[in-house]
Amino acid sequence: MTLEEKVISIIMEQLDVTREECVAEASFIDDLGADSLDLVELIMEMEETFDVQIADNELEKIRTIKDVFEFLKSRGTVWQE
Amino acid sequence: MKNRVVITGMGAVTPLGNSVAETWEGICRGKSGIGRLTKFDCTAHETRIAGELKDFDPLRFVNKKELRRLDDFIIYALAAAEMALADAGLASGAAEGERTGVIIGSAIGGLATIEKEKEAIFLGGPRKMSAFTIPAVLANLASGHVSIRFGAKGPIGCSVTACSSGACAIGDAVRLIAEGHADCMIAGGVEAAVTPLCVAGFNAMRALSKRNEEPEKASRPFDRDRDGFVIGEGCGIVILEALPRALDRGTRICGEIAGYGNTSDAFHMAAPPPGHEGAVRCMQAALRDAGMEAAGIDYINAHGTSTPLNDAYETEAIKTVFGEHTRRLAVSSTKSMTGHLLGAAGGIETIFCMKAIDTGMLPPTINLDHPDPTCDLDYVPHQARKAAIRTAMSNTFGFGGVNAVLIVKKFEE
Repeated sequence: MTLEEKVISIIMEQLDVTREECVAEASFIDDLGADSLDLVELIMEMEETFDVQIADNELEKIRTIKDVFEFLKSRGTVWQE
Repeated sequence: MKNRVVITGMGAVTPLGNSVAETWEGICRGKSGIGRLTKFDCTAHETRIAGELKDFDPLRFVNKKELRRLDDFIIYALAAAEMALADAGLASGAAEGERTGVIIGSAIGGLATIEKEKEAIFLGGPRKMSAFTIPAVLANLASGHVSIRFGAKGPIGCSVTACSSGACAIGDAVRLIAEGHADCMIAGGVEAAVTPLCVAGFNAMRALSKRNEEPEKASRPFDRDRDGFVIGEGCGIVILEALPRALDRGTRICGEIAGYGNTSDAFHMAAPPPGHEGAVRCMQAALRDAGMEAAGIDYINAHGTSTPLNDAYETEAIKTVFGEHTRRLAVSSTKSMTGHLLGAAGGIETIFCMKAIDTGMLPPTINLDHPDPTCDLDYVPHQARKAAIRTAMSNTFGFGGVNAVLIVKKFEE
């Protein structure tokens, strides 16, 4: 499973959405039905899974699935499973 | 002139079934809903039995995302409210609006979530706390989620009055309609506190039965061998409407809430006062509110917890209030079958009173093999009994010295 696939599997589980809905440009709030608390919970799950810390000011910049990919890559996160 | 208030719908999830119909069938068969405690590993606990829901499928009522973020007590309330609204013919958005309110009481709220998140903070530190912790814990969030789901924008509240929570919720809701603040209220009680902390806490008080080897015989109100109550979980919700609105809608009317009494013992945090004088005054207050004489009551659904103190004191209080009429009264404790649902008790037991009137069937007190000499009323032992009754009283008494009594009546124009 690639990093992208892992991120999407977490999103599907946390937000109860389908694989088809999880396109890179999908906005968590506008397209995936998340509210601000869902987003906090989702980020906690990412931090736990990928062993990174996401500060609140960085959190504000994360709006779409692509933003998560880019954030994790900027931290040099790799995933292999 | 106060509005008359009628019940037009009922919904419940209980240890006897996942609907009012299934639960009532169990009651009429004198079935016990008590079994081995399965919700957590209770090996180290003194009490290892409980009245848990069985085969309850939360996904019938919430989606997977909600299932993760909501405490069980909120899910049980959503389930019972949905069934109650459907029963009242208000399923398709007709409950919406500013004249519909919600009061669902709970003694403890989201205790399971508190315990889970305490472990998370203990093991992982404060950053491991879920963002859904607080909204899953607050006791008023059962009312909150029901109002959101069904669009009820009128008065909202949550009575937190221990084992009287459900009865206080219904009583307060009745008053809101009677005084014209709302036309319809979704009201009742809910509890989901079969948790390590709750069981250990009640055990520390010596309040729970320890008859672990015979779960179905553990709740035995008024019996000489009773040794405490059995904790249960579930929810009972009624739809209350102002009589003119119910008549306008042409909906089926189950019955009327004729009176509500609420008093405080001002005596002790857990024990009733001598003669249970707070309960006496409460039953009298409910009768006054209903404009009825004591002789007008046909059946009492007792608080009847199966604790040594309650059952003897409640019996004495009933004799004080009803005098000569006591020997014509049928009194039973459905907790012998459901266990004690704490804050939900008043919700489900109001429903049982309504069903007793509606079906002409008196619920039994099971396990009453050897009545305590101090408990000498007609408790409808072992088996349900046919009887044409018009009025029923539901007693609930809670820690903190709370007493709440409701009177339910057959509907007559």
